[in-house]
Amino acid sequence: MLETKDILETINMIDNEHLDVRTVTMGISLLDCIDSDIDKACDKVYDKICRYAADLVPTAEGISKEYGIPIINKRIAVTPIAMLAAACPNSKIIKFAHTLDRAADTLGVNFIGGYSALVHKGFAAGDYALIESIPEALAETSHVCSFVNIGSTKAGINMDAVKMMGPIVLKAAELTKDNNCAGASKLVIFCNAPEDNPFMAGAFHGVGEADCVINVGVSGPGVVRAALSKLDNKEDLTAVADMVKKTAFKITRMGQLVAQEASKRLCVPFGIVDLSLAPTPAVGDSVAHILEEMGLEICGCHGTTAALALLNDAVKKGGVMASSHVGGLSGAFIPVSEDAGMIAAAEKGAIDITKLEAMTAVCSVGLDMIVVPGTTAPEVISAIIADEAAIGMINTKTTAVRLIPAVGRKDDECLDFGGLFGYAPIMKLRSGSPEVFINRGGRIPAPIQALKN
Amino acid sequence: MKAVITVLGKDNVGILAKVSNACASKNINILEVTQSVLQDLFAMIMLVEFERETTPSFDVLSADFDKLGEEIGTKIHIMHEDIFNSMHKI
Repeated sequence: MLETKDILETINMIDNEHLDVRTVTMGISLLDCIDSDIDKACDKVYDKICRYAADLVPTAEGISKEYGIPIINKRIAVTPIAMLAAACPNSKIIKFAHTLDRAADTLGVNFIGGYSALVHKGFAAGDYALIESIPEALAETSHVCSFVNIGSTKAGINMDAVKMMGPIVLKAAELTKDNNCAGASKLVIFCNAPEDNPFMAGAFHGVGEADCVINVGVSGPGVVRAALSKLDNKEDLTAVADMVKKTAFKITRMGQLVAQEASKRLCVPFGIVDLSLAPTPAVGDSVAHILEEMGLEICGCHGTTAALALLNDAVKKGGVMASSHVGGLSGAFIPVSEDAGMIAAAEKGAIDITKLEAMTAVCSVGLDMIVVPGTTAPEVISAIIADEAAIGMINTKTTAVRLIPAVGRKDDECLDFGGLFGYAPIMKLRSGSPEVFINRGGRIPAPIQALKN
Repeated sequence: MKAVITVLGKDNVGILAKVSNACASKNINILEVTQSVLQDLFAMIMLVEFERETTPSFDVLSADFDKLGEEIGTKIHIMHEDIFNSMHKI
């Protein structure tokens, strides 16, 4: 029989601590839509997505009602479009973005990810054209998300691609400057991109995946913070880690249940559960506040990296036993604009770009949703990407950069994206020019860690 | 199918009667009831069973119970029992 206290605990987590399933993401392979005629390819893409995901939104909503668990986003991830673009040279690649956007509109999903290219070792046919079209694609569509993978532990870092991405990020912001530079918030640059990540903007459907899968991303920073707040300040950090593990286990079990149910109802294989702590700007749903609950005066002070390392590791350990297949990013996210505690720390100047960079060495992603001055030089953005990719490459982990240059804004202004994207003040960057280093291009060789065979 | 109905809020006369009545009118069989009143806070948990064919869908049920909750000044949730089993049992 169920225990009363367990039932009330679950209800309290949902009602008061923002427990939710952040996303149910359907991954769809588009490899069978490749065609040398781009119009035919687009028709095939639209038909396949709409056929496979026709019931995605109603099914997720049905599960949400039946189990009483909010499911915030329904999303689609597709094969990197650069692979389709390779077959149709001299065509307007951006047609694929419009097709994806149209499919998302038809289906009622929140986002569709995969307008992307994997160029960690070099550029293949289609990659250049796709990357160059990203700023326009993000400006002209509302649901499409994009990423570029520019490095990996196995391949090293493609510095030609890194050099290319600085101006692309700036242009994505420039073209959407009347809309809070939102284009750049839908573009992420990865090192070691996971093929089954259900979270945007970096979701895509890897080539090693099945034709169609269901991946689920859980959330729950508010639940972890509330659990820690019940611990006495005198309890040691082993007790803190144990508490995080127990809470992560419960959150992940819920994600696993939703994933299995969605997979059964949609007749699509279950892929993975991504055990991430994904914050929102809502009060009580912040990763920074978990770190502060552990005993830091403010997120960003000395000790933050250690606290985050403990949190990230305990989330994985608690979650991994709760799900039959774990994947994606799985860890704590530290987006600045999407986290009430991070926003407060940034406004007070308690957290800066260098501390954030250090934190990305121990968290699950990277420099995420950081607003930088609109006048930042392209090579500086490229250099930030290179630094972050180096951390990922050497530590055999995923790292990502999602910067939003605040084009046309003064340095004391902030960008307000609204909704789950939140808002953030403009963060100062370090001085000194990396221009010559970035302009060298070429490849940073794969590290010795890559040679495991 | 088994589900859990929780009723939380301020204690009042007739909460159990009204909720049970609503269950009966929807062909929902009540298997177990526990209730506690701590000072003014009322908490009732019902384990119930019903057939999908003879009972309205969860969409309708949760909307109806939301409405009833508002009428009697409590918050009522109806959730499939598996959510609790999966979160609290290994």
